[in-house]
Amino acid sequence: MKTLLSLTLNGRPRDDAVPDNMLLVDYLREVVRLTGTKIGCDGGECGCCTVLVDDRPRHACLTLAAAVQGRRVETIESLERNGRMSAIQRGFHEKLGAQCGFCTPGMVMAAEGLLRENPDPDIPAIRRGLAANICRCTGYVKIIEAVQAAAKENAA
Amino acid sequence: MEYMPDFTLHRPKDVAEAVRLRAEEGALFVAGGTDMIVNVRRGIERPTSLVDLSAIEGLDRIERDADGLHIGAGVTLDRLATDGTIRRDFAAVAQGAAAVAGATHQRYGTLGGNLCLDTRCLFYNQSEWWRKSNDYCLKERGSVCHVAPGGKRCFAAFSGDVAPTLLVHGAEIDVVGPDGARRMKLADLYRNDGMDHLTLAPGEMIVTIHLPASEGGAPSAYEKSRIRGAIDFPLAGAAVWLRQDGGRLAALRIATTGVHTHPVLIEGLEKFAGSALDDAALDGIGETVRSQSRPMRTTTVKPWYRRRVVGALARRLTARLAGL
Ligand SMILES: Cc1cc2nc3c(=O)[nH]c(=O)nc-3n(C[C@H](O)[C@H](O)[C@H](O)COP(=O)(O)OP(=O)(O)OC[C@H]3O[C@@H](n4cnc5c(N)ncnc54)[C@H](O)[C@@H]3O)c2cc1C
Ligand code: SF4
Ligand code: FES
Ligand code: FES
Repeated sequence: MKTLLSLTLNGRPRDDAVPDNMLLVDYLREVVRLTGTKIGCDGGECGCCTVLVDDRPRHACLTLAAAVQGRRVETIESLERNGRMSAIQRGFHEKLGAQCGFCTPGMVMAAEGLLRENPDPDIPAIRRGLAANICRCTGYVKIIEAVQAAAKENAA
Repeated sequence: MEYMPDFTLHRPKDVAEAVRLRAEEGALFVAGGTDMIVNVRRGIERPTSLVDLSAIEGLDRIERDADGLHIGAGVTLDRLATDGTIRRDFAAVAQGAAAVAGATHQRYGTLGGNLCLDTRCLFYNQSEWWRKSNDYCLKERGSVCHVAPGGKRCFAAFSGDVAPTLLVHGAEIDVVGPDGARRMKLADLYRNDGMDHLTLAPGEMIVTIHLPASEGGAPSAYEKSRIRGAIDFPLAGAAVWLRQDGGRLAALRIATTGVHTHPVLIEGLEKFAGSALDDAALDGIGETVRSQSRPMRTTTVKPWYRRRVVGALARRLTARLAGL
């Protein structure tokens, strides 16, 4: 069975016929060819696939594509503005919040979701907000600094 | 996409339609999907259709009246964790919701899904090839329980964090099924069978969870022990609710998770009423909890440790809530 999926993806409306059993992450990567969203585990453990659905972080690997009918989905590709990095991207870049980069798209989207909900998070709130995202490289210290830098830039 | 079996997805708009669709052969409910989709991907669940509850009108509402709170089964865990009334009057519930998985899971995982969470075991929550190379197990496709090979029972542990916090507040649930609606105590949702731990009849769904106002406002708390602080199912978890009267214990309720096939509302705590909660009484409370816990070798952490921890958590929370 297929469903006609109508959603707003990265600010633009689109329609696609998607198989009922297709995961959002496969829809994004295989159908729309937005490969920024990563797959790092067999379901819900790592956070690499985090996207925003109506501004809230969600695992694209545990979400059926047909279940985001009519919703607003944002991926890592949506953050830059005319070739310029957004505050959270600049934070990760300048504070060295990314090393191998595999966790980064999910980490950045979780951080973006956190900052939309709480523009001025303290360190415990940042740690809680990113608890579902695993990074094998950075040790998290630089990621926390990246989020703090973005919060500061957004407030300026 | 070979890892996703073929199934039809239904997105009903109301409860009656959801229940009707669930009655079809091979149909299962999915809410947030944080447990169900993992199990589908791993070949543990092989539905021919999934009935997605996320489009049902009103299932995500929290209503308040003189009787208490009436929480839709589709309410997400982050809302339970941040709701002002819940944090103030039913603190353990907010703490339980905040202890589930990580922030992202809490943003779309639901209360209904948390209460109906499948039981968990080291030999079960694994990939298809892992389970296959172990000849599966009694709970799914196999013929032997690797935890207790002599027996014919499954000891997989119920590992939801919110159920014990609702149990200590005397929560009730509304269930709707093919034969109509009924209201029951949350405690009656569960039974002692790791293979089939819910008493729901085929096709029944939870619609509303009631928290009685009469049980609100008393001190309550939840704490769990886990391997990683960030994301992890409970090795053992305890919720405590109490009332005091002039420095003495008037009433005490404790419920546990992670140490049995179902969440357990601890029995025999009445004998501590009137106690001044000295060390001997607190030890007795911890021991009562410990003796009603039956963790088995379903996690990498040894059962004796989980039993010891669940008693210690209950003792510590009781002392803290009593202001000791
Ligand atoms: C990495 C990871 C870590 C996790 N850690 C924890 C943890 O620490 N503690 C914890 O408690 N959980 C944990 N979970 C499990 C899960 O995220 C939560 O239990 C969540 O609340 C489940 O809700 P859901 O809406 O996603 O359920 P779903 O996956 O949609 O459903 C779960 C089950 O409930 C049934 N169901 C759903 N709604 C209803 C209803 N209204 N009526 C009848 N049946 C229904 C479904 O058919 C299914 O069998 C974890 C999951 C992952 C992936
Ligand atoms: S307790 Fe035994 S039957 Fe149950 S899931 Fe574990 S190995 Fe399987
Ligand atoms: S790919 Fe690991 S959580 Fe989604
Ligand atoms: S930067 Fe390598 S996993 Fe995070």
